[in-house]
Order: sequence, then structure tokens, then C-alpha cells
Amino acid sequence: MISSSPYLILSAVIFIIGVLGVMVRRNILVMFMSIELMLNGVNLAFVALSRQLGNLDGQVVVFLVMAVAAAEAAVGLAIIICIYRNKKSMNVDDFNLMKW
Amino acid sequence: MDWIIPAVNLKLILPEIVVCLFAILILVTDPFLSKERKIWSAHLSWIAVVIAFIANIRLWNLQEATFTNMFLVDNYATFFKFIFLAGSFLIILISMSYLKREEILHGEYFSLILFSTLGMMLLASGFDLVVIFLGLEIMSVSLYVLAGFKRSDLASNEASLKYFLMGAFATGFLLYGIVMIYGSVGSTNLGQIINHITSNDAGSNLLIWAGAGLLLVGFGFKIASVPFHMWVPDVYQGAPTPITAFISAGPKAAGFAALLRVFLFSFTTIKMDWTMIVWIMAALTMSVGNIVALAQSDIKRMLAYSSIAHAGYVLVALVAGGETGVSSALFYLLAYTFMNIGAFTVVIALGRKGQDNTKLEDYSGLGSRSPILAILMTIFLFSLAGFPPTAGFMAKFYVFGSAVKSGFTGLVIIGVLNSLISVYYYLRIVVLMFMQAPVTRTDNERIKVAFCAILVLIISTWAVLQMGIFPQSLLSLAQASVSSIF
Repeated sequence: MISSSPYLILSAVIFIIGVLGVMVRRNILVMFMSIELMLNGVNLAFVALSRQLGNLDGQVVVFLVMAVAAAEAAVGLAIIICIYRNKKSMNVDDFNLMKW
Repeated sequence: MDWIIPAVNLKLILPEIVVCLFAILILVTDPFLSKERKIWSAHLSWIAVVIAFIANIRLWNLQEATFTNMFLVDNYATFFKFIFLAGSFLIILISMSYLKREEILHGEYFSLILFSTLGMMLLASGFDLVVIFLGLEIMSVSLYVLAGFKRSDLASNEASLKYFLMGAFATGFLLYGIVMIYGSVGSTNLGQIINHITSNDAGSNLLIWAGAGLLLVGFGFKIASVPFHMWVPDVYQGAPTPITAFISAGPKAAGFAALLRVFLFSFTTIKMDWTMIVWIMAALTMSVGNIVALAQSDIKRMLAYSSIAHAGYVLVALVAGGETGVSSALFYLLAYTFMNIGAFTVVIALGRKGQDNTKLEDYSGLGSRSPILAILMTIFLFSLAGFPPTAGFMAKFYVFGSAVKSGFTGLVIIGVLNSLISVYYYLRIVVLMFMQAPVTRTDNERIKVAFCAILVLIISTWAVLQMGIFPQSLLSLAQASVSSIF
């Protein structure tokens, strides 16, 4: 049995890529994808730990996280479409009606 | 493998069931209502809140877990549900005239408010980190939509987008914290986390430490504490005003409900270790909130910074901990709900269609244009600043008192100094209202306040004065709600 630590390291790497993506990139869609990446990093960690600990809780949580991520994607994309209609831009720096 | 279907006591989640069913009912019936009858959705939603409130009264003094220990009903959760339901009730009432005025009266609005309330109730009752996560998400996803409810208004879109990006970002941190705790404990149930930490000397376990830190980041975003407060002013300013009031009352209290539950009840044996971090957070939150509020020229933005500052005062109660600390936090959140919603109701009453009138100079001369509104606004602002005969004073008094008792005098001194700073920007509005002539303006007609808004003003004024002059009954209620835990 392969130990689960490589998976945990990979999950941390994916999570950090997601965090950096949100902080560095300025395109709304890319930021949104980076957030999804963070959630998937979490999912990988849950599955790996579930296997390591030998209980199924983690596997179940992954389903819930995926459902929540889907709901968030639905709402998030709707918001992005809505704002794109009013202001033809995808760059967060253009949304400066109120100071960040 | 044999499967045991866990015993489920539906009576315990009756308030949640009522709120959820009515939310779905509104979604289903709303498309069949003609344009003049859309207001029925609003009536359905406040009826739902009242029924849930009554169902919740029946759960008082019950201490029972259900859904395999994932959902706990105790006085602590029940007290918080009273706060959420009262807040939602007031918000639904002030929303009706606002939505009509802005011509965005859609049934989904009320449905989303109910779903958001459902999420808050799950947060208060969740005894498992997964339930807490789900409650947080049900609450937040509804709020993202509500913040952008004025679809054609760019400011509202922008508020919604920023709230969404920041909120989802914070969720990621919260989830990673849950993973780490799951990894070291082997379960996400708070009961088992308590057992694990007390039996294994987990203060030295790095994974639990990192997990607790990430949870603090996740909750810190929801309660708007420094340094996770960057989204607050923009969202508060851009969102429709009733939603601003809603975000500042219910979801903040819900964030605190989960934060207090997780940190004071599960991580209580390693309390001395994380207290220092929360101490710094509380001091920063109070100071940044109050100092930046001084420089604001928009009242919604000013109240946003004031809301950050108030989160700092409640964090003082978290630092104090123990029975008195938590009960003073509950009392503070209850008082804050009423005084803040009251202040926002006056802000809404001053607006016109397509023109919110939220600049500070719009308030000059309000004392002569509408003396009653000005006096009520003064009461709410005095309460927010913490002047004696109001709820805000008693709430601050109990919070600071509990912190002194636990020996955090330094933090209390910072808190009191911050209260002094806050007096300046609250009183500035009072001075504008009573001592300055109205700015010459085109729409100097009388301010008409809708019946429901008057009702909200009466309820919140009564609550603010009641809690300020006779705090004992509600305070003993708050104490009773935490005594079951300690």
C-alpha cells in the first residue's frame, strides 16, 4: 500500500496554486477557476486521509463538497454573466465603482 | 455489512423544516402570481418566520442531539435561532416597501432570505464540522445572490461579485482547516474532537493547530474581522440597503455562533494557546474599524466600518471566554441586531427611487424635515456608540466586564478608547441632523415611511430601550443559554 503522504503533498500544492491564482490573476473567470482548484485540493486530501484512516467519513464529505462547489459555480457564473452584461469587462480592476 | 438506519427526531428540526418548506413553497407559487400579487410571497415569508419562531420556543430547555450526533439542539443554538428569526422578520418587513419602490419585487428575494436563515440555523445547531460547512454555504450562496439583487445596478453587481469571490475564497480555507482536523482526529464530529484533544494532549499536535488557524481564517471572513475585512465596505455599500442590514445582523451572528461553538467548546483545552491570536485580532478589528469609519462620507460605508468595529467588541468576549464571556457575546449580538436594523431602516426611509441618499450631507437638517425619524436615528446611533440608557451601553458593559474578570484589562482599555473614537463619527450625524440647515435640494417633499417600516422602527426602538433600561430578563436568558454547555 502506497502511503498517503504523496497525495497529501499534491493536495497542498493544488490548494496553494489555487490561493496564488486568486491573489495574482485579475481575470474573474481565472480567479473563479482557482477557487475551484482550492476546493479540489481539499477533496483530494479528504479522499487520501479517508483511505489512510480507514473510515468512510472523508469520502462522504467529498460528495458534499462537490455538490456545494456545483451550487457555487451556478451562482458564481450567473453573477459573472450579469456583471458582464452591464460592463463589458472581465478584469476585476475595472470594477472600481467602490474602492476595493 | 449491516446498515443501521439512525434514529432521527424530526421534532428537533421543526423550525428548520418550516423555514425550508416555506422557502420552496414561495419559489413554486411565485411564478403563478400576477404582478400586483407578488407581495403575497412577502407575507408568506414572514408567516414562515413567525411559525418557526413559535416552533423554536417549544425547543427551549431541550438538550438533545439527532442525526447521529451531527445536529444538536440546546439553549445556545435556540437562543441564536431567536436572534436569526427576529432579524429575518424585521428585514422582510423593511424589504417590502423598498422592493416596491425600486421595482424589483420578486418572490425569489423572500425565498432566498428564508434559505439564508435556514443556513444560519444549521450553523448554530451544527455539531459536526461538515454540518457547519453546509450551513455556512447555504447561508452564503443565498447572500451572494441577494447582494446582487438589483440586477441593472452596477454597484449591486459589483458588491455581489466581490462578496462571491471573497466568500468562496474563505470557504476554501475553512474546508482545508476541516481536512486537517479530520486528518488528526479521524472524525469531523465536535464531540469526538473534544475527546481527542482532551485525551491526547493535542496542544502539541501541529495538524490541529494548522486546522484551527485555517478555521479561524474562514470564520474571520464571515464575521468581518481584521485582517479579513476587505470585502465588507464594498459589499455593504453596493448591496440593496435591506440586504446590507441583513448581512450585518444575521450572518455575522451566525458566524459567531459557529466560531464560539468550535473554539470555546471544542478547542477549549488549548484555549490559552489561541487566545493570544484572537486578542490581537480583536484589538486590530476594533481599531481599524473605528479609525477608518472616521473618514467615510457615505453612511452605508460608515456603518460597514462600524460593523467591523462591533465584530471586534464581540471578539473581546471570545477572548474572555467562559460562561460570562459567551453570555455577554450572545447579549451583544442580540442588541446589535436590533440597533443596526433600526439604523438601516432610517437609512432606507430617506431613499427615493433610484437614489439612495446615503451621503452624509443628505442627513443635514433631518431634524426639521422629519423630527421623529431624526430622534429615532439618534437613539440607534447612541446605542451603536454605547451611551447609557440604550442596549449598546449594557452590551458593551457586559462584554468589557467579562473581559476584566478574566484578566484582559489591556484589551478592555483598547476597547474603551475605541468606543470613544466611535462617538465622534456617530455624533457627527446627530449634529448634522439637528444643527445644520438642509442642503438645498430638489426633492424636499415630506418623507413618507411605509407602515411596515414604522412597525420595524417601533420594535427596534422598544428592544433597544428595553435592553438598555431593563437588561436583566434578556441577560438571564443569555446566561441560561450557555449554562447548559459549561
